[in-house]
Amino acid sequence: MMNNPTQPDLIHPGHVACPGCGAAIAMKLALRVMGPKTMVVIPACCWGVIAGPYPQSSLKVPVLQTAFATAGAAAGGLRAALDMRGDAETVVMAWAGDGGTFDIGLQSLSGAVERNDNILYVCYDNEAYMNTGVQRSSSTPYGTRTTTTPGSGWKRSRKKNIVEILAAHRIAYAATASIAFPEDMMRKFEKARQMNRGSRFLHVYATCPTGWGIASDKSIHIARLAVQCNMFPLYEVENGMAYTLNYQGKEAVGAYLKAQRRFRHLSKDDIGHVQAMVDEDWDLLMQKVSR
Amino acid sequence: MKQVLEGSHAVSEAVRLARVQVISAYPITPQTHIVEAISEQCSSGRLAARFMCVESEHSAMASVIGAASGGVRTFTATSGQGLAYMHELLHWASGARLPIVMAEVNRALAPGWNIWVDQTDSLSQRDTGWIQLYCEDGQEVLDTTLLAYRLAEEINLPVMVILDAFFLSHTYEPVDIPDQEQVDEFLPPIEAKIILDTADPFALGQMVPPGAYMEMRHDIQLAMERVPTTYQQMDGLFAELFGRSYGDVDSVLCDDADIVLVVSGTVTGTCRQALADLRSLGEKAGMLKIKMFRPFPNEPIRRALKGVSKIAVVDRNCSFGAGGIFAQEIRSALCNFETGPLVYSYIAGLGGRDITGDTLKEIYYRTKSSEMPEMHSVWIGLNQE
Repeated sequence: MMNNPTQPDLIHPGHVACPGCGAAIAMKLALRVMGPKTMVVIPACCWGVIAGPYPQSSLKVPVLQTAFATAGAAAGGLRAALDMRGDAETVVMAWAGDGGTFDIGLQSLSGAVERNDNILYVCYDNEAYMNTGVQRSSSTPYGTRTTTTPGSGWKRSRKKNIVEILAAHRIAYAATASIAFPEDMMRKFEKARQMNRGSRFLHVYATCPTGWGIASDKSIHIARLAVQCNMFPLYEVENGMAYTLNYQGKEAVGAYLKAQRRFRHLSKDDIGHVQAMVDEDWDLLMQKVSR
Repeated sequence: MKQVLEGSHAVSEAVRLARVQVISAYPITPQTHIVEAISEQCSSGRLAARFMCVESEHSAMASVIGAASGGVRTFTATSGQGLAYMHELLHWASGARLPIVMAEVNRALAPGWNIWVDQTDSLSQRDTGWIQLYCEDGQEVLDTTLLAYRLAEEINLPVMVILDAFFLSHTYEPVDIPDQEQVDEFLPPIEAKIILDTADPFALGQMVPPGAYMEMRHDIQLAMERVPTTYQQMDGLFAELFGRSYGDVDSVLCDDADIVLVVSGTVTGTCRQALADLRSLGEKAGMLKIKMFRPFPNEPIRRALKGVSKIAVVDRNCSFGAGGIFAQEIRSALCNFETGPLVYSYIAGLGGRDITGDTLKEIYYRTKSSEMPEMHSVWIGLNQE
């Protein structure tokens, strides 16, 4: 599976993602693990465009695009159809952005996970509504400037913790993953693929050079910093109970924030406040890991 | 075999006979008896299907869209607020050309909260690309549901089977339940024209640029235009097998009528009696029942009303600022039709208020005594201050 040279990429070159798009890198790595027996369900999000306009498709697996709020429900319905057709092998993978997961699609996702529909739900998180021009979502972190939190009105509320919401459903498997840690990420996709029973959730950090104000060749660098400074810890949760930490970050948040235009306005005090929040979240996570 | 069945169970029996494979629904009064019965069929094994208990009507329609994209036969049911909540996905289902069948129990929209019959919920979905079939009694509900699957899978458009809250959904009547073998002959397993397949990957529901979008919409319109002929063929086939047929409209005593009452839903049954009463009094009254609302049966209506001098359209619905919705559609059907009748528009029975034989006779005599219709819809039976 991992980096297996005999496994051809299931994403065509010539897709229409922006240069350095973390979400495109995430899909490439994910499908390398998932293989051709995968159906991808995509609600409105950047990937709705990246997947290609009619009559083209940038993926070599079936794609079902669906309405914004419906990734969980549509994926569950497709799973039910495959079950009725006796196809237990094909994996249904919902692939949604943070808007379609944290915001408008949260109810549908919660419904699917509570029913324990046999789907792998992936949220590629670029921390705002990038496809529509960088508007804030409930995944946008504290301190971010977006087109709906511009100037001095930068976002003052925290990023929603989606993995904790999924863990509260006692989902069999939930994990975070980063494109800067491909071996770790692909191992998690492989684990989720092999389970092929009940709901699984992967929260994938996906840099957005366009929306974050970074150079396109800094996509992986920024993703790595996010993990190293514990802004985006890598961990797994089984059955909402057993927490496993995959990486111990030791850096301060300053370098991560300063490298991105979306945070450039933050004062030293603001950065201190972000650091305090990250530390608080980290302590909470460590309590769960060591429980 | 004849059984005394609740209208809701005429739906659930049809779903069982149609061997539906995926059902997804969210409960709402007065639709609940339909989905409760189907749940029971699924859990007892009488129906080999997957029943998805979703968390909203929006997800109910989204999940049957997902399932239908996987090539299986699907069903959902809703009512009133639930249908309104589904609105976005109604457009999606028809745009994706999926043969989904839904039972819709006509219920008044809030506020104020009202669980009783009113057609404004389904009629306000008229532009969503769904075929709409309105039913008069339990037998028609069962038969129409079976027919809906043949029609949907032939045309690749979704079909809404519509029945009145309580007057039909909760009323017990003798209903002939056909044999499974006969139904299997009428309705073989689905051969989906759209089906996601890992052996032949393609994308569904993707972005469509201006260069192709309009042709796709035109295809939907063309499909709708094929419905009347296809429906008639299937109605004929159904009659051969089961001895019952409904037509897209049902014209009763219109040939020699001066005034025709135009009705839909359970008001039709009441109107049949009112018509008999009026005829026994020597009145030259007729009745036109409209079963198919989308596509609107323009030609059958013109044919049925040829030579009629006045029609009284009874609408249990209202498009505020425009009036009764059936009346608007009929005016449009009769436009440019020189020998068409005068169209009188009446609104009655909103929010479950009874429409009795006397209500219909009042409408008849009021129409008879008037020389010209009023511009607006006349509201019948309003309480005086």
